[in-house]
Amino acid sequence: MTEVGRRAPFQILAVVAVLVAFATLWEGYKAMGDATGGTWPGTDRELPVATDDLTLPHVHEILGTMVDPVQRGGDETLAVFLVKSAWFTFKEAAWGFAIGSVFGLGLAIVMLRSSFLDRGLLPWINISQTIPLIALAPIVVTWGRTTFLSDVQAVSLIAAYLTFFPVAVNGLAGLKSPPDESLELMDSYAAPWSATLWKLRFPAARPYLFPAFKLAATLSVVGAIVGEISSGVRGGLGRVILDFAGRYSTGPERLYAAVIASALLGLFVFGLTVIAERIALRGQLLEDVG
Amino acid sequence: MTGDAAVRVRSVEKTFNLGKVGEVAAIRSVDLDVAPGEFVSLIGPSGCGKSTLLRLIADLIEPSSGTIEVFGKPAAQARLDQDYGMAFQRSGLFDWRKIAANIELPLELMGWTKEKRRQRSAEMLRLVKLDEFADHYPQQLSGGMQQRVAIARALSFKPQLLLMDEPFGALDEMTREHMQSELISIKTELDTTVVFVTHSIAEAAFMSDRVVVLSPRPGEIHEIIDVDLGTRVPDTREDPEFFKKATEIRESLRSVKAAE
Ligand SMILES: Nc1ncnc2c1ncn2[C@@H]1O[C@H](COP(=O)(O)OP(=O)(O)OP(=O)(O)O)[C@@H](O)[C@H]1O
Ligand SMILES: [Mg+2]
Repeated sequence: MTEVGRRAPFQILAVVAVLVAFATLWEGYKAMGDATGGTWPGTDRELPVATDDLTLPHVHEILGTMVDPVQRGGDETLAVFLVKSAWFTFKEAAWGFAIGSVFGLGLAIVMLRSSFLDRGLLPWINISQTIPLIALAPIVVTWGRTTFLSDVQAVSLIAAYLTFFPVAVNGLAGLKSPPDESLELMDSYAAPWSATLWKLRFPAARPYLFPAFKLAATLSVVGAIVGEISSGVRGGLGRVILDFAGRYSTGPERLYAAVIASALLGLFVFGLTVIAERIALRGQLLEDVG
Repeated sequence: MTGDAAVRVRSVEKTFNLGKVGEVAAIRSVDLDVAPGEFVSLIGPSGCGKSTLLRLIADLIEPSSGTIEVFGKPAAQARLDQDYGMAFQRSGLFDWRKIAANIELPLELMGWTKEKRRQRSAEMLRLVKLDEFADHYPQQLSGGMQQRVAIARALSFKPQLLLMDEPFGALDEMTREHMQSELISIKTELDTTVVFVTHSIAEAAFMSDRVVVLSPRPGEIHEIIDVDLGTRVPDTREDPEFFKKATEIRESLRSVKAAE
């Protein structure tokens, strides 16, 4: 078995253990607060976060609300509703990821080709990421409405905006990573620039690209959710979070459930990139001589 | 133009960063002819321009002045025509490619069919005695084996000229001697011309028909030593004539350093 194969069950175990530990801490903290009346034991210093059921609902309540119907008297449970919403957001994020990655790689290639553009573009690429998404999202949505873009497409574009950055930056580093010797070797074959790109630079860039893809995948979910919230697009987790936040006082556990759903979606897309990485790098992960 | 030399170097100079900060005169007024089928070694103090001279012949860099012809054509044309194969000190294998695919890389770039490539890489693997490793990845091979793969790659399209820059530099002494014998037998079999950069006096003496001793930077040809040891066999290394040549090369190297 490969090292990866051996590691996988262990990793799942570790993740579950951390989850259990976290739930235990959560409940332990609540219990402590309830016992002392909201202060650190033996002192009168107040706890940083209140432990009442509105601020911190019980773990079992959060889990319990998952199987409650979303609408009073309806058939659909909250869990099913959240999965549907997550799927909707996932599609937006996936488009954003794809567009952002292609754009990011394109930028990396352009910057590789021209040191002038490399120097000219890099500061702007950096600055682009300092613009708060909250400010940018409504602008993109508004622009989208004046053109052919639907709101959902505008949301994907917002996700792409976060995605392209790590791909461009790491991609460029990866494309530049082959040693001079390898580049000279390709030169000695009189290989055209494109052949050097495909047969040397891209394969060599994979170890740089996959960490970027992992980050970009998670960012694309963040971008999609924030985009939904700013545009009011219905159907995805962003809207759900907005709604549940509005009704927090009557059902705090629902917002927590929606946040957990977003986190799981993030984990899911992260997992997809990990699988993609293992497929793409499978040769290099071999260790034992066959 | 004359067709009778494999490599013809005429009054070649190379200055890096000419007219800029960090200007380095690497080699100066080099004239050198290498005959077809000849094995010529370049030896000299570190930094004297051996690699530079080799890269000039390969047209990986251009001379500041002078001309270089390979098989009677300008070096640039020879590179486009794939007239030479090249091997470096580090094997430079692509670690995402299996051994056979590494050997096939130049063939792929030349547009050979898959079937022809397979056939040739199998043949080359037999030549360097690594038949069983076609489907391994480079990391699964020892340094010496990787170097053999690099040589197989350089020879895969059977170029008439092989340019090698300290190809055995990173190997232990035993592996090195073994590889030297292997290279000689491969070279003889394919009738290849070889220009070979080395730091090892014994290696130069054992392998070469002629040894070119370069002076310190900017490198100039200090002396060319003819070596005639007949057919090389492992016992050649114990031949008194071999020791005589090694001493001659050593003394030549000493005298360039002393003249510095
Ligand atoms: N691309 C370059 N730009 C600037 N200077 C260079 C470049 N390549 C080589 N040089 C310089 O040219 C000189 C000769 O270098 P070269 O690599 O040819 O030496 P060498 O004889 O191969 O040395 P070694 O035996 O250590 O490999 C050195 O002083 C080196 O610093
Ligand atoms: Mg060198």
